[in-house]
Amino acid sequence: MAFEYEKYLRPGKLPHIWCPGCGHGIVMKGLIRAMDTLKLKKEETALVSGIGCASRLPGYIDCCTLHTAHGRAAAFATGVKLAKPEMNVILVGGDGDGTAIGGNHFIHACRRNINMTYIIMNNYIYGMTGGQFSPCTPTGHKASTTPYGNPDPGFDIAKLAIGAGATFVARGTAFHANQIDKLIVEAIQHKGFSVVEILDDCPTTYGRRNKYKSVIEMMNRLKEVAVPVKAAEKMTAEQLQGKVLTGVLYKDETKPEYTAEYAKVIERATAAK
Amino acid sequence: MEKTLPKIEIIEKYCKGCHICVEFCPKDVLEMKGFYASVKNLEACIKCMQCELRCPDFAIKVITE
Ligand SMILES: Cc1ncc(C[n+]2csc(CCOP(=O)(O)OP(=O)(O)O)c2C)c(N)n1
Ligand code: SF4
Ligand code: SF4
Ligand code: SF4
Ligand SMILES: [Mg+2]
Repeated sequence: MAFEYEKYLRPGKLPHIWCPGCGHGIVMKGLIRAMDTLKLKKEETALVSGIGCASRLPGYIDCCTLHTAHGRAAAFATGVKLAKPEMNVILVGGDGDGTAIGGNHFIHACRRNINMTYIIMNNYIYGMTGGQFSPCTPTGHKASTTPYGNPDPGFDIAKLAIGAGATFVARGTAFHANQIDKLIVEAIQHKGFSVVEILDDCPTTYGRRNKYKSVIEMMNRLKEVAVPVKAAEKMTAEQLQGKVLTGVLYKDETKPEYTAEYAKVIERATAAK
Repeated sequence: MEKTLPKIEIIEKYCKGCHICVEFCPKDVLEMKGFYASVKNLEACIKCMQCELRCPDFAIKVITE
């Protein structure tokens, strides 16, 4: 049966602002299906974002939403979670928002292992502002600010998150649409800071400059580079050249969670009065 | 058992003409007609829902019993 996305959307908001073929819409649908699978209540769910095309997502969804300052979703979300630890707090945003201006907030949310889920839509570019390179733009690729090719190596968001202390890290792609909700469901169920990176496409500012003739070519690239972690186990280093692992990449259920630790601090401080 | 066909609804006021549903349908059920996606050969549809899942714009629905 056709999925009823309408019951999670604010009425009258469609069509959304994203360009034809932009993967952000595919990710939003995945998030909605995940919310439905988990039967998240609107009043107990907060969607928090910074600034960017990806960060416009919360505006469409009918639940508690916060559209904040560029790169600051993790800071605002941490405030929400500490004030109301019983809430499901989900952060959404782009690679620029999360790893450039918001990189510091991102790594510290990982380090704290606070029980929130961060969905990061990585289209390798600052889409909203016209295609400046981001910390995720691959070496050699073109952006409006690197017309002769980007000299920087790009971040691997998943490795960054694992290194900084996140306890659940997964990766999917906008092409593999039916996996997106499953990864988000697992991430939300995990007690700790969970990161879901979705490799995405920005045909308008990235594809055009990097010789992708169409949205379809960009989708085909996502299809070709993705290798599920299980399949990768049976592949040689040579076969994995240029590939990107997808699925659940990391999970640690032993590390203390921040709101629980903070509750203990409150208890100790109250007893000491 | 007789094969039941779904109803495929394309909401033109949402469709942005990106071609995703058309290109990735495994059975070549859909086509672009002018700017919008359109149903070409409903008989071939296997109700895999790939088009509905991938449409970034909430513009295509595969309605099955
Ligand atoms: C403090 C501040 N600096 C810069 C900007 C300009 N700005 C808006 S969105 C953006 C980048 C967004 O890129 P990303 O997060 O990757 O989202 P996308 O648009 O690619 O989805 C920038 C630099 C801003 N809004 N605020
Ligand atoms: S500019 Fe890029 S990221 Fe922004 S809506 Fe268009 S395709 Fe999507
Ligand atoms: S449900 Fe599957 S077979 Fe039917 S039109 Fe959509 S993609 Fe094609
Ligand atoms: S995927 Fe959606 S927006 Fe794109 S052509 Fe098909 S119906 Fe239209
Ligand atoms: Mg981006």
